[in-house]
Amino acid sequence: MNALATRFNAIFGADMAGPFAALAAVLIVFGLASPQFFTAATFGSVAFQLPELGILTLAMLLPILTGGLNLAITFTANMAGLTLAWVLQANGGADAGPGAFLLGSLLALGVGAASGLVMGLVIAFTRAHPILVSLSMMIFLRGLGEFLTRGGDISGFPGFIAPIGHGSLLGIPVPLLILIACVLACHVLLSRSKLGFSTYMIGSNIESARYSGINTRKVLVLVYMLSGAIAAVAGIIMLARFNSVRIGHGESYLLITVLACFLGGINPFGGFGRVLPVFVALVVLQLLSSGLNLLGANQHLATAVWGILLIVVMVLRWASAKFIKLTK
Amino acid sequence: MRKLVAAHTTEAVLFAVIIAISIVLSFATERFFTLGNAFDLLNISAVNIIFAVGLLVVLIAGGIDISFAVAASVVQYVTALLLERIGGGGWVSGLLIAGSAGIGLGLINAFLILRFRIISIVATIATFNVYFGLLMFFTRGVSIYNLPDWLTTRVIVYEREMADGSWAEITLPVVVMAVCVAVTWLFITRTTTGRQLYAFGDNPEGARRFGINIGAMQFIAFGWLGMMAGIAGLMQAHYAQEVVPNALYGRELDVLAAVVLGGARLGGGKGTVLGCVLGVLLVSITQNGLNLMGVSPFAFKMIVGAIILVAITLSSARLENLLPMRTRKGDDR
Amino acid sequence: MDMTTAPGEDARPILSLRNINMTFGGVRALKNVSFEVMPGEVHCLAGENGSGKSTLIKVITGVYRPAAGAEIVFDGAAVSSMTPGIAQSLGIQVIWQDLALFPEMTVAENIAFQTLSGARPRFVRYPAIRKIAEDALARLGVTLDVDRPLKDFAIAQRQIVAIARALVGEARIVFMDEPTASLTQSETDHLLAIVHTLSASGVAVVFVSHRLAEVLEISSRLTVLRDGALVGVYPVEGMTQSRITELMTGRTFDQSVRAHDISRNPVVLSVQGLSRPGEFRDISFELRRGETLGITGLLGSGRTELALTLFGMRQPAAGTITLEGKAVRFASNRQAIAAGVAYLSEDRLALGLNQPQSIADNLVMASLNRILSGRLISPTKKRALVSRWIADLGVKIGQQEDAISTLSGGNQQRVAIAKWLATDPKVLILDSPTVGVDVGARAGIFEIVARLAEAGLAIILISDEVPEVYFNADRVLHMEKGRMAGWHDPRATTLKDIEAAVYA
Repeated sequence: MNALATRFNAIFGADMAGPFAALAAVLIVFGLASPQFFTAATFGSVAFQLPELGILTLAMLLPILTGGLNLAITFTANMAGLTLAWVLQANGGADAGPGAFLLGSLLALGVGAASGLVMGLVIAFTRAHPILVSLSMMIFLRGLGEFLTRGGDISGFPGFIAPIGHGSLLGIPVPLLILIACVLACHVLLSRSKLGFSTYMIGSNIESARYSGINTRKVLVLVYMLSGAIAAVAGIIMLARFNSVRIGHGESYLLITVLACFLGGINPFGGFGRVLPVFVALVVLQLLSSGLNLLGANQHLATAVWGILLIVVMVLRWASAKFIKLTK
Repeated sequence: MRKLVAAHTTEAVLFAVIIAISIVLSFATERFFTLGNAFDLLNISAVNIIFAVGLLVVLIAGGIDISFAVAASVVQYVTALLLERIGGGGWVSGLLIAGSAGIGLGLINAFLILRFRIISIVATIATFNVYFGLLMFFTRGVSIYNLPDWLTTRVIVYEREMADGSWAEITLPVVVMAVCVAVTWLFITRTTTGRQLYAFGDNPEGARRFGINIGAMQFIAFGWLGMMAGIAGLMQAHYAQEVVPNALYGRELDVLAAVVLGGARLGGGKGTVLGCVLGVLLVSITQNGLNLMGVSPFAFKMIVGAIILVAITLSSARLENLLPMRTRKGDDR
Repeated sequence: MDMTTAPGEDARPILSLRNINMTFGGVRALKNVSFEVMPGEVHCLAGENGSGKSTLIKVITGVYRPAAGAEIVFDGAAVSSMTPGIAQSLGIQVIWQDLALFPEMTVAENIAFQTLSGARPRFVRYPAIRKIAEDALARLGVTLDVDRPLKDFAIAQRQIVAIARALVGEARIVFMDEPTASLTQSETDHLLAIVHTLSASGVAVVFVSHRLAEVLEISSRLTVLRDGALVGVYPVEGMTQSRITELMTGRTFDQSVRAHDISRNPVVLSVQGLSRPGEFRDISFELRRGETLGITGLLGSGRTELALTLFGMRQPAAGTITLEGKAVRFASNRQAIAAGVAYLSEDRLALGLNQPQSIADNLVMASLNRILSGRLISPTKKRALVSRWIADLGVKIGQQEDAISTLSGGNQQRVAIAKWLATDPKVLILDSPTVGVDVGARAGIFEIVARLAEAGLAIILISDEVPEVYFNADRVLHMEKGRMAGWHDPRATTLKDIEAAVYA
């Protein structure tokens, strides 16, 4: 048993144990409770629902690793979606061509990065608390979006966009592919790049990082820009999935992304945590909600269960830390 | 006087900004500088101020709470149902039920934080989801409109007819708000427990070495916020004359922004009741002024967000800090 | 164990502890320790870092609860279970090393904090608090604005506030945990005078200090702890510095001057008329290949500020820095590192190392460009680099992935040095490299310094411990209030002469 645990840790890392245990528990419980759980339909719905939350969670993950938070991700995603929508509308709406889509997507990414740039600059140069900076950015973007759309929807996009939200490639949903690409990119970024290394160092002690010659301001600005750009990807997927843009779409995801990060073992103070456990945690959350759905419960009960799950995981971590201390 | 200003820089700046905005608005609109409008402002802000002074206590003690606004929604529901059960009740029973239910929900947070060493933002994000999820699940999102008559009847405490025939009124929530503000001020500045909360938030290890009961601090802080959230929930139901399960969803971040605008520090040990009230008022006055000036309501939030962003940037920035190559004196220690 | 007679043999101890055992996570922090303090005596508690001094103070004040069997007797009465509240009511006061003050609260509230503690809520009486604070400060002969928040005051004044707080409420015994660590000489002298006053009025003072010179000057008795166990209790009279070091470490050291003639080596770094207002003025020197230049001076002498300027973290207002013949102007420490200047911070815990992160990550932090393959960090190159330096500097570690905080102070400092050596520097500035390093491990650090100098590295060694620069540097620069106060050649002067100049 012990040897098995050692091998598991060697292959996946010790921080994967919790999320994998939760995954196994969810699969077993719902597998026994509902005969329809292990069907393509369940996993299909998970595969299509996971990406938005998943990509937004990546956008939240990076700032948390620096010891911050980006509360503006959902509205950044909305604003990016809005940008794309406008470009499409300005180029003929439903008749817009792929060129317009490409241009719009680039601009959308730019808008996302720009919101991150402003936050990053304020945080890096004034050392204002990231919660406050991103919170005010969130209030600003929400206001700006509502002002520009007058609270309404924008819809009517060319048909070729729909597959980004609904299509499949080789049997795998396109949005899931995008999520997986983002997860892998973030994983490589964090584990292998200089920027990723610096992100961790800044998260656990920004001053010592600065003394060691890390350009802490540049890293902070880049991290928030990246966070904004990733949020923009989520915004583009949301546009394709709903075939419309509305300010407030996905708003309820905001605190869920924070929850998913903590569930995946990200240190709330920054400096520690990896992408893959967070990805598994996301799958667990989505399976939970789909499983509960099968049992006749609604999304609200799932939300509550998510909260309970976080508490249970934190209590288990506390208990295991205590246990390790006792056996030492 | 100068000493007073120096010791309360944030409050002084906020006050000056509010005065400046008020002067501009007084000239720009006819209605702003009237008693009726001033009273309106108070009526509108009352609920948020009650939330704010509660949150202030938790921030001072070094915690943060995301769950209080949805906790208030839960309290509204519980109170409405219990009042129905006891056959209507009145203000006394209503406040008692709401206050205690709020304290109960706050103590759940404190228990998780203390017993299992979960940090407050993680614990309260979890309870935020639990409270809200369960509330929406059990109520199926259905609002309650048949509240007891005493709760839905507007209580006007003071009124005065204005020259133009309109009425300037102060309603019950304002009085409750004033009491909450006064009691919180008394509690955190004039009692030893209140000062211990500051000390605990300022230097937890130092407080521990002085034998201050850390557990008690958490329970008191989160219990206080719970109580305020309960009362604010009841006042909001009174003001809106209905209980809508998701009416307060998202309010937590607006209140947090206002409290921090008022000089409270995430991390503890700092913050005043006055600053907190001014923070909420600044946001309300801005919205009110924009409204009176005929700006589209859709633009309010944008402008308020921009103001908060600028305010936070300026209050955190020291000029030399903005110049990239200079480091603050003592920064390198 | 040799016990000696306390002054006034028949007097009853004010505080007496027996059989104190304390275990943290399987590690025995205190082993069967006994400790006694006489009324009105100045007692010194000495020991290396981690010897259990601070733990013992925390047991005495009830912050920690010792294992069963412990006996605590205060003024003849047994105290069955000590709590911070009981300790305070008995008149046991502590001035903690980190002061344990509340920066956002006023000076008055900090000093009279005892009146604010306690479980039962009461109303605060501010006039009474102000009076208590002013009286306590008056006893020390100091005036401070008691209504201002503590954060407005400098560290030395905060120290005074901490002392004043200890004097409130009939102190019978005052513990001072490394009280002089952040004070300048004159402030230290003032503190020592206060200690004498206290002692004369019958208050016992237990002094915990790493500055051994002070120990000899001020105490009547000395208790030495090593590895959580009692070594012995000794009269201070006749005690020498090296004897105390021996007792603390259990080893003997003999030191000799390492200085040698480097005047024919080529100049690496040349500084001319360097100034920064309020920090240092008109600093000029040359640093040669293979040279170890010692800089000493008291707090406020501007030595760290000078080092930070050479390291590019601050910019000089006037003067020039020339590195290998080229004038340089660093806009940031990144440029300084690239040009070959490395700086080991005096504050290892907060600035020098990233404590929660791993040994490997700390070691490569300043030289990421050397372990890239393409644009990504190569785990193989990283492992190789870390292994090489760990072996080279003889760092004792478990796994490369262990947090650096799990290492001892001496091993941490070796990793910190390795981090800078990995950047391939031409000039290495070591700012107080032995702070928080056990006496026994310091020699090892200086052996590394000597070896590096031997290999041609130009080193600036900053320390406020004059013996360190005297024995380990080729030349010693004495700084005072931001100015160059004098040069000393260890081969031509005695330690006493330099100390006399520095502490004058």
